[in-house]
Amino acid sequence: MVRATSHFAYSPNDAEIRQVTQGGQLTDREPVRDFAIDWDHTDPQWVADPYPIWDDLRERCPIAHTDRYGSGWFPTTHDAVSAIANDTEHFTSRMVVVTKNRFPPGAPPAPMGGAPPITSDPPFHAVARRLLLPAFAPEPVNALEPQIRALCQKHLDALVGRDTIDAGHEYAQFIPPGVIARMLGFPPEDEDQFRDFVHVVLDLVDLEPEIRGPLFWPINAYFSAQIEDHLRNPRDDLTTFLLNVEVDGKKLAPEHVRGSMVLILVAGIDTTWSAIGSSIWHLATHREDLERLVDEPELMEVAVEEFLRFYAPVTMARLVKDDYEFRGCPMKKDDWILLGFPAANRDPAVFAKADEFIIDREVNRHAAFGLGIHRCVGSNLARLELRVALEEFLKRYQKFELDPSSDVTWAPGQVRGPRAIPLRVG
Amino acid sequence: MKVSIDADICQGQGRCFSIAPRIFTFDDLGNGVVIADGTLTDQGLELARLAQSNCPEHAIFIEE
Ligand code: HEM
Repeated sequence: MVRATSHFAYSPNDAEIRQVTQGGQLTDREPVRDFAIDWDHTDPQWVADPYPIWDDLRERCPIAHTDRYGSGWFPTTHDAVSAIANDTEHFTSRMVVVTKNRFPPGAPPAPMGGAPPITSDPPFHAVARRLLLPAFAPEPVNALEPQIRALCQKHLDALVGRDTIDAGHEYAQFIPPGVIARMLGFPPEDEDQFRDFVHVVLDLVDLEPEIRGPLFWPINAYFSAQIEDHLRNPRDDLTTFLLNVEVDGKKLAPEHVRGSMVLILVAGIDTTWSAIGSSIWHLATHREDLERLVDEPELMEVAVEEFLRFYAPVTMARLVKDDYEFRGCPMKKDDWILLGFPAANRDPAVFAKADEFIIDREVNRHAAFGLGIHRCVGSNLARLELRVALEEFLKRYQKFELDPSSDVTWAPGQVRGPRAIPLRVG
Repeated sequence: MKVSIDADICQGQGRCFSIAPRIFTFDDLGNGVVIADGTLTDQGLELARLAQSNCPEHAIFIEE
């Protein structure tokens, strides 16, 4: 087998990535004074604690605007988020990550977009989505449970004997890439590189296009190498499946195969890592919930849904298709919509005691996995990873709390979760 | 008393078959489907209602 890394021009850009990311990814910009007319989801205040901002906007606006990123809207009620997610006539998914450059040169146009199906619109969307659904349906996903459990145990074994650990960098972040690498048929030892990719795609959104563009070169090179290798050595994995599958007697376009692979890798990694991390952070900071979950493990299933509601990690974007007045907002063609599923999950119109974490909440119609036709393809897998990662963690540690000698850090941008989670476990 | 899922609305969020696995299951794509014809006992009704109130897409319908 050709080792992908030999094709992979990573080193020159590696330094570059670190340079722009050191001390956070934020480039110079004006601090936000009023989020209602000038929101910025990478503003330090939003990154540190977005919930009071959203609650305030929900009462005041409830759809906020910004001129940053070239004009965008941020709906904060469940009702508005749901209406936009279900309205593919006026809103396109062509770009789902808010960045300074809307249409990077060479970006595949609608209806496919760069990463089908998440960047696709109907009717093409359904075709691209249907191809992926069987692999992520409950039956094949549930079969992965022993493997996921073993992976969790392996990383916990490495921590035996320690009094303090970083549950983010030494545990949560390892679980999703290990699972996804296997599904795609990528070498597990490339995991560190995957995490850097995800960082470029999801976190480094505030960079000027000339700097952001080249950061994608190593990602593209890596996928080219993997595709080449799978064409030469077909095997039983998702990459080989996408390369061989036919729709109406024709194989998928190469940019479709590559786009879906990138999507699965990116969508599967720091989303789930964030969910695992937030849940552990919550338990470290809420002793009564930790004790309850340890004493009543049968609560795990409802607890997982409440973790997903309360700390929903994923916010997506849409673009306005043509000038359109939505609930009194004069939206213009190509304006961004920051589709706040996490904000919808805190809407008191839909959730009783929306701002309280209730570990045994029985009625929980949360939107952490989106709403409508783009519902997260990986939701069964994400839930399984979250449940198993927590079960195994709680088997090792029944008591833990934040280690005050070191800081918790939160990821900026559209996927929210703690990165460093320093814990005292001894 | 009968429960049904509107297949045009269901997006495979997966809540129903994890809450009430005796009433709901899933197809090859992971979308929810009602087991048999969806006739409910009293106890089934309660579970079906719980599943209904957890469906993010409002795809579950109960005829009482
Ligand atoms: C807790 C973890 C996760 C959360 C909260 C999450 C959340 C979401 C959300 C909100 C969407 C909707 C996007 C939109 O409306 O534009 C989505 C789509 C998607 N997710 Fe996830 N996700 C998670 C994990 C995963 C995993 C593990 C995978 C796969 C390996 C995955 C694959 C996808 C794909 C392929 C789509 C696109 C579906 C479509 O456009 O039809 N996700 N996810």
